[in-house]
Amino acid sequence: MLKKLLWKFGPLFALVAILVFFAVAEKYWGQGQFLSTRNFRVMMNSAALIAVPAFGMTIIIISGGIDLSAGTALTLCGTVLAVMLKNAPTAAPDTFFGDDALAFTLWMFFALVLMTLTGAGCGLINGTIISATKVVPFIVTLGTMTIYLGVGQILSNESTVYAPKENVPEWLNLCYTGRIAENYLIPPINLFGQEIAFKIPSSVIITVILAGMAGILMRQTVFGRNVFAIGSSESTARLCGINAPLTLMAVYTLSGVFVAIGGLLYYADVKNGNPSDGQGKELEIIAAVVLGGGSLSGGRGSIIGTMVGALIITAIRSGCGLLSIPNTYTYIIIGCIIIIAVVVDQLRHGSPEWFFQMISRKTKTS
Amino acid sequence: MQGICKRFGPTIALDQVSLNVNAGEVLALIGENGAGKSTLLKVLSGAHRADRGQISIGGKPYQPRGPLDARGAGVAMIYQELNLAPDLSVEDNILLGQAGTGKGLLFRKQQRQKIEEALEAVGLGSLSPTAIVGQQSIATQQLVEVARALISNAKIILFDEPTSSLPQKDVAQLFEIIDRLKKNNIGIVYISHFLEEVRTVADGYSVLRDGRSVGSGRMENVSDSEIISLMVGRDVSELYPNIPHDLGDVRLKIKSMRGQHSPHPIDLSIRAGEIFGIAGLVGSGRTELVRTLFGLDHLSGGQIELDGTRIKGSVKARMRAGLGMLSEDRKREGLAQELPIIENTTMGSLKRYLKFTLLDLDKRDNSAIELMKEVEVKAHSGYQNVAELSGGNQQKVAIARILHQNAKVLIMDEPTKGIDVGTKAEIYRMMGKLAAQGKTILFISSYLPELLSVCDRIGVMARGRLREIREAADWTEDSIMSVATSSDR
Repeated sequence: MLKKLLWKFGPLFALVAILVFFAVAEKYWGQGQFLSTRNFRVMMNSAALIAVPAFGMTIIIISGGIDLSAGTALTLCGTVLAVMLKNAPTAAPDTFFGDDALAFTLWMFFALVLMTLTGAGCGLINGTIISATKVVPFIVTLGTMTIYLGVGQILSNESTVYAPKENVPEWLNLCYTGRIAENYLIPPINLFGQEIAFKIPSSVIITVILAGMAGILMRQTVFGRNVFAIGSSESTARLCGINAPLTLMAVYTLSGVFVAIGGLLYYADVKNGNPSDGQGKELEIIAAVVLGGGSLSGGRGSIIGTMVGALIITAIRSGCGLLSIPNTYTYIIIGCIIIIAVVVDQLRHGSPEWFFQMISRKTKTS
Repeated sequence: MQGICKRFGPTIALDQVSLNVNAGEVLALIGENGAGKSTLLKVLSGAHRADRGQISIGGKPYQPRGPLDARGAGVAMIYQELNLAPDLSVEDNILLGQAGTGKGLLFRKQQRQKIEEALEAVGLGSLSPTAIVGQQSIATQQLVEVARALISNAKIILFDEPTSSLPQKDVAQLFEIIDRLKKNNIGIVYISHFLEEVRTVADGYSVLRDGRSVGSGRMENVSDSEIISLMVGRDVSELYPNIPHDLGDVRLKIKSMRGQHSPHPIDLSIRAGEIFGIAGLVGSGRTELVRTLFGLDHLSGGQIELDGTRIKGSVKARMRAGLGMLSEDRKREGLAQELPIIENTTMGSLKRYLKFTLLDLDKRDNSAIELMKEVEVKAHSGYQNVAELSGGNQQKVAIARILHQNAKVLIMDEPTKGIDVGTKAEIYRMMGKLAAQGKTILFISSYLPELLSVCDRIGVMARGRLREIREAADWTEDSIMSVATSSDR
């Protein structure tokens, strides 16, 4: 029973193990900051940057696909937002409404719609090509990855787009608290003369809400169950009357929306739009899904798992940072963890038989 | 083999199984699906390890640590699904994993003669060793595997249902080769569901049931019905239960329906409460006929009417109209192997569980479990993955799904393929019951005795055409075969 529990919550146990390890190691060799609330806030913040687009990736991976273009599509969305902010008709007012605020509010609304459509459009293009041509998603999105990078660079004139500070509305800054840990989406509440501050980073709130929505979508809607069916066996899904091409197009488009929201967080974090920032981000996103128990052969994956996966990556990065381990080594460590996670996951779902056989074969040759 | 035991978690797959194979003898290993035959063979071939018990070969104790080890000791296994690298040449496949292929280097020339001898021995003297395996027929590939076994000086060769994917004429050839191997003093273990086949090829038999040996002896001293009752543990006097069902009005009407290549225009009308059989050789267009009917293959012309209304469009539209289909390829198409039973049963028809845009999962699970009980799926729970079930139970899940879809016309393509006798009888009974409820059943099968016993009418297909339809009573196996093999236009 205990073993079953251990298997089921594998990623969570891995996260706890990693947290404990760094907490102890950092206590001895660092400055004991790993366990501080501040560091936790920073970690959760940066995990959100990975987790939000990774929710979309989870759905794609459950459907049996993959999206290599998620990284560049994400920065493309961020760049669209940056360009829009740069060209805003007026500076950002303090309120949403009012005579002079209305123009900006409308412009901002338009910017957000455009950003979302950019993400959804990127996904729709992926999904349409995959459904129509039956070319494997890996190749299709390998192509669109470069295309989206190119489009972004045309848009940004091959440089980084900075919007003037006064053009950025306050709420957008608040979306991602980042290093300024004092700003939160939920204002402090005055209770019996005492001010109670909910010091939950806004990015965390956004992530949790999105996770809840994605989780319910995958678990309790016809669409979600159909995605599992397609990922598990497309021909069986077809036999059951599920429209696989249409569902896949919806999967990629939906993932594009998550990517767009990821782009918003990205902008709120770095306060500029640089299309080439996105290169390599897709691998981080995929890694979060895989660490969370997603199977690249489809039919398996979970939103909660992906959230844990994103936390694992950021915990390692933060721990290594505090221990002053150079970045280069951090990459190696994260790479090893990913491979170990997949091997453990295979053990968990395949018969453990092969593992014992592997060991016995080794003892024989040695 | 003496007292072999093997457990997988709480399930005891093998319990005190003993087996004796003499040199130059063919032993038939018989048992229902899930009786432990394949596990036993896997223990023998080193893929699994026995928890208890001893195995000896030629008096020497034998405890394989892995497939390579087993091969070294002279045990070779020919799996149901062939174990060849399709893109490699015949000789490379034969040399794969062989001892003495040099220290990391291949000396093809030295091996050439041995390979040609081995190919000769399995009747493939004319096959070039450099031919690509994937381009050969299944029968030839199988023989290449046998040749691979020979070259490793196998003393015992294990065949796991070798004929399940072979056409009739290749079966005869395989039996000839097995006879030849026998004469070379090789011991053979032969697993099969087909009793007729076992009777032609085997000298001795051993029956497994629920992981135990329940009987063994010489083939000539036992009758088919004795073997069947050993396998099932009870008398299957009623393999083909006769459930009375009345024919109603015409339900399905097919008017000159054509597919892209096959079938050629077909006219057919089937009534409610009728079991209509379709016979024909593999490639005669049987499967294409039903796939076109169900909308999985492109319809090039003609009309389909169900209860007087024309049906067309997507699979989904046809399902809604009342068609349901069981795929012949249970593993790949019929079921999503890595999903639970419940998920497989309700797949594609979840709309009825919607409650304010969300699914009522409890309601879904309950009705799926209800259906599981109805078709008597044996499983720990509805949340078990389909892959863990035996073939017969998997097929029942697939049937449960068509029932869940409330289909009026059930298209069943080879529903008893690779299924044990006991479950076959259950499926026939289910078909009879469904017909009695007024459902129409389209029953496609290559196994003529079941068609003749279960169906009301049978149509025979050849070369994409529906040649002849008669009452089942007016057909015999011979007359069906002669129509199925006819070439006249």
